[in-house]
Amino acid sequence: MNTDIFFWLAQDGITNGAIYALLALALLLVFAVTRVIFVPQGEFITFAALSLSLLEAGRVPGTIYILAFGGLAAGALELVVAWRERQLARLPRIAALYVAAPVAVALLVAWAAPRRFDQWIQVLLVLAMVVPLGPIVYRIAYQPLASASVLVLFIVSMAVHYVLVGLSLLFFGGEGLRASPFWDARFKLGVLEVSAQSLWVLAASVILIIALWLLFEHSIYGKALRATAINRVGARLVGIPTLLTGHLSFLLAAFIGAASGILIAPLTTLYYDTGFIIGLKGFVGAILGGMASYPLAAVGALVLGLLESFSSFWASAYKETIVFSLIVPVLVWLSLRSHHVEEEEKE
Amino acid sequence: MSAGRIAMALFIAFLAAAPFALSEFYVTLMNYIGLATLVTLGLVLLTGVAGLMSFGQQVFVGFGAYATAVLTIQYGASPWLGLGAGLAFTAVAALGLGLITVRLSGHYLPISTLAWGIAFYYAFGNLEFIGRYDGLQGIPAIRIFGWEVASGRESYVLIWVATLAALLAAHNLLDSRSGRAIRALRFRATMAESFGIDTARLKLIVFVYAALLAALSGWLYAHFLHFVSPGAFNVNIGIEYLFMAVVGGASQVWGAVIGASLLTLLKEWLKDILPAFFEQSGNYEAIVFGLLMLPLLHRARDGLMPVLARLGRAHRRIPMKVVAANPLPRRAGPAAGEPLLGLAGVQKNFGGLAAVRALSFEMRAGEILGLIGPNGAGKSTVFNVVTGVLPADAGEVRFRGARIDALPARRIARLAIARTFQHVNLVGGMSVLENVAIGAHLRGAKGTLPAMLRLDREEERRLLHEAARQVERVGLAAHLGEPSASLALGQQRMVEIARALAADPVLLLLDEPAAGLRFQEKQALAALLQRLRAEGTSILLVEHDMDFVMGLVDRLVVMDFGEKIAEGLPREIQANPLVIEAYLGGIE
Repeated sequence: MNTDIFFWLAQDGITNGAIYALLALALLLVFAVTRVIFVPQGEFITFAALSLSLLEAGRVPGTIYILAFGGLAAGALELVVAWRERQLARLPRIAALYVAAPVAVALLVAWAAPRRFDQWIQVLLVLAMVVPLGPIVYRIAYQPLASASVLVLFIVSMAVHYVLVGLSLLFFGGEGLRASPFWDARFKLGVLEVSAQSLWVLAASVILIIALWLLFEHSIYGKALRATAINRVGARLVGIPTLLTGHLSFLLAAFIGAASGILIAPLTTLYYDTGFIIGLKGFVGAILGGMASYPLAAVGALVLGLLESFSSFWASAYKETIVFSLIVPVLVWLSLRSHHVEEEEKE
Repeated sequence: MSAGRIAMALFIAFLAAAPFALSEFYVTLMNYIGLATLVTLGLVLLTGVAGLMSFGQQVFVGFGAYATAVLTIQYGASPWLGLGAGLAFTAVAALGLGLITVRLSGHYLPISTLAWGIAFYYAFGNLEFIGRYDGLQGIPAIRIFGWEVASGRESYVLIWVATLAALLAAHNLLDSRSGRAIRALRFRATMAESFGIDTARLKLIVFVYAALLAALSGWLYAHFLHFVSPGAFNVNIGIEYLFMAVVGGASQVWGAVIGASLLTLLKEWLKDILPAFFEQSGNYEAIVFGLLMLPLLHRARDGLMPVLARLGRAHRRIPMKVVAANPLPRRAGPAAGEPLLGLAGVQKNFGGLAAVRALSFEMRAGEILGLIGPNGAGKSTVFNVVTGVLPADAGEVRFRGARIDALPARRIARLAIARTFQHVNLVGGMSVLENVAIGAHLRGAKGTLPAMLRLDREEERRLLHEAARQVERVGLAAHLGEPSASLALGQQRMVEIARALAADPVLLLLDEPAAGLRFQEKQALAALLQRLRAEGTSILLVEHDMDFVMGLVDRLVVMDFGEKIAEGLPREIQANPLVIEAYLGGIE
């Protein structure tokens, strides 16, 4: 291996690692606040990346149907609850939030798609389609089980993953798609050549991580999320609604998932189920951080990206095997460190 | 004959008739159901009963299938050697993976299993010697004493004999000493440790057993299809096995059959009808599977089996028959007056809060020592430190002269210290008798294998007989067969005491045993404790009911804010101004 290849692999690894770091942070956030192991995060990546590619080609992405019907399903559930509790005054709000808004976004995208607007408008459209799916998924699948055990919530996640990956195949088909880069330039920095897209990804990841940090440190919503993560019952007692924190953390997760999808779309060809593997790599990053520490998770994700990049050079067929085996040494370390044997689920 | 037995007989009759009555297509389908049942059964034990979740069972199926494929095709070995090698390899791999994950928090195992599912799928697909993504073809048929299991119908016999045997073994296992311990793992691990059960080891055993069942399924699969390829062991298959366990009812052995049958049939049916709706082919049944799982998890989290079981025994009360048996040997305790339990300078902090501060007291054999104090004084923390549930931060705890403060709970249980819990800690779905039998865990020795083969019956009779004796002693003989969760809270506390007594303790620690009891029940409890003292059992008692305490104990230790404020005879304590101030507040 010469220096050029080394730097090229390192750049590739850091770029992917930055995306894994973003995902790891979102997954940790959702887990800490709602105790949900959010496997379907991967599908948000897929939806965003493939939608962007389709918009670029001037085609209407099937995401609008997922959004519109998902909104209708969530709205129907809300309606049943409102009916049962005789709170019909909520109807206009339900109609606006779960029916009018998703349908409006869907119509807007259908109108805009063939007109091939600038790429940044396409990015906004993708965000408008994918981000609301977070709270919608929470409302439909998780909210009725908010107090269930981690393991039950995990099975729910797998069921949601199944539904979304099936829908992904239905609406995007089996072919792979790749978006064009935001900025197709390359720079010379001494010996190494840097692609503008990599810089984009890095800059966006860093900005998003800082934005998340600011949100957590300085906004009332961020503080509510932190309080819930530290002590759910305590947070409820001081008046922080579990519903709000649940919706909010899923909104953030969907946003980060969609952003990752948009960033990764020009870097690699994505298929309807690629997001699952990418999302799981975010989990491996999070596990490297012990499922608790945000900075450690980010570092873990970077290590993961580099390992993946270098193993694709030396043993490309075994790339995934090597990457997913990385958790073994970490688990050994965590296991040696834990002295607490008794682990019980709450009935 | 009970509804359950009728259902059982019908099921066996159907299985026996099926190869003669069904077409080749349905026999093949039944084979797939049997193979899936084996894997799902492992998951029922692992997830539903022991509370460990795995999405990676398909990897162990793959080990079983590839091991026999490689040995029989490339080395011309016998399929039986293939079975042995597959099981051995799986056992070693599962032991390794289990050792690093079962000790960690519940959610690490499912994530790890997903990760190794992907890792091994790509490994299967890229390794040259197992044929990469093309797989291996031409796996020979199994021969048993000259009978060649060649056709699908012949495979049916082999697959279902193995499946039924595994179901029976699992059923036997759950109805045994080890089985009761396994059933306590999911929700009551702390309690199990306090009665001497090594929960980490037991979890590992269940994990390896589930993996071996999966490997067995893989072996049968390879010789039935004569072909293996990585496609059969991808991540989705692993997820579907878990769905099968959940649909059937993850805590019921027979739920495995129901879940595996329903989802296998549904998948086949969806593969027929879904292409009519969609232009292209693909894994669309995933959408239906996922959409079916959601309401099931929302509405019937325990799966379909409990619903069916309720239909069967709606108006029936199970009479509990306990067969007479030789009583278990009792242990020789210390002579009255010998030093029994000693605390010296014990300290326990929770963050910045000192729950127990420099606490010292002595207790002699044959006495009832009361530990009292206002709420939050640290009494239950003392219990947890003495029984090894919490480690002490400083100080010494001695029992019969030997230090025990560094020992884990299950080692302390071996020294004949038994306890009850302030918050009732019973396994809700288990009968009163079985709950109490957990207390006698250390008085038996038969493990999982003898239990599966029913070689443990003599010991089992003796354990249950002892448990029944203790249930009778606390006055609950009429409730022997009822699920403990159906009892009133006061009765559940008595079950806790019976369970502690079943351990044949030298020292009994009772945490608020009289709370929630009616007056007569309290009198009966006091009489029981006095009888125990007369028999030589020493008792450390935490209790708030002063009438109950004062009439019963020999001596008292009073705690407030983690410190000992007084110690002495009941009438001395009643007159102690410090104690009065702690309870009633000072007079300014």
